[in-house]
Amino acid sequence: MDSITLIAIASIVTAGLTIALGSIGPALGEGRAVATALSSLAQQPDSATTITRTLFVGLAMIESIAIYCFVVSMILIFANPFWNHIIAQAAGK
Amino acid sequence: MRLSPDEMMFWQYGLFKLNGTIVFTWALMVVLAVGSKLITRKLSTGLERSRWQSLLEIVVTGIEKQIEDVGLRHPERYIGFLGTLFLFVALASLCTIIPGYEPPTGSLSTTAALALCVLVAVPFFGIKEQGLTGYLKSYVEPTVIMLPFNIISELSRTLALAVRLFGNMMSGTMILAILLTVTPFIFPIAMSVLGLLTGMVQAYIFSILAAVYIASATRVRNPKPEPAAKR
Repeated sequence: MDSITLIAIASIVTAGLTIALGSIGPALGEGRAVATALSSLAQQPDSATTITRTLFVGLAMIESIAIYCFVVSMILIFANPFWNHIIAQAAGK
Repeated sequence: MRLSPDEMMFWQYGLFKLNGTIVFTWALMVVLAVGSKLITRKLSTGLERSRWQSLLEIVVTGIEKQIEDVGLRHPERYIGFLGTLFLFVALASLCTIIPGYEPPTGSLSTTAALALCVLVAVPFFGIKEQGLTGYLKSYVEPTVIMLPFNIISELSRTLALAVRLFGNMMSGTMILAILLTVTPFIFPIAMSVLGLLTGMVQAYIFSILAAVYIASATRVRNPKPEPAAKR
């Protein structure tokens, strides 16, 4: 297998694995966060605005982990430096 | 498949490039500035108010209340910066309804610039409230060993702000582009509604996080005993 094929295979497989594994953790974390927020809302409906705002901020922080994985897999597919380098080399030959 | 509006060229001449990001950013700035100027030309404090003035009042008092809830005691000092952050990002994602428009926050340059503004604003407000030595002393709390960690946490917070906003906006536009090539009308419309929702939430998150960082930099460390109340 020559380098072009190898780089293509590695990039595609890694991109898929990155986003697949990277969304498991944040999804579980967000589920727990919302569940706890709902139970505390049921206990103290008066502080609904504070709880909701803190919930949204917490969800955004958890979500950013999944966003990092998404950005890495997008880079591997669309802005891959190794792929660009090897294609430029192959075109130059 | 475009990764960001940076690649949309409107006009270029040598080193000067007028790409999509710059054009849409300036369009948003013009809409916000000129719109507000027109609405606030004749402010009235009586019972008769125009609809637009009421709209602006709702927005401004809402933002002021949120800033106060976060813990900043004089929201009028910070509302210029924080309110502008929120309005810019919110309008940027709201205008995705307009066909042919791509949010400039979908480009890493814009979000990095906004995050750098927050990075500069936090020490600026911190020094304004507590003086230079007071602010610098906060970096060696609780012990001197924490100094590199505090500095690293400042920088990583900024990076996280930039990448979070960029990732959310970019994924919204990219999902839409991919879906349009695969399925007809209904599904892309549902995704664009979701994109609007996440855009609004991300605008709120960005400004609330900036407010929280500023609040943690300006909070009083050693509360002085309150002077006797004078009427």
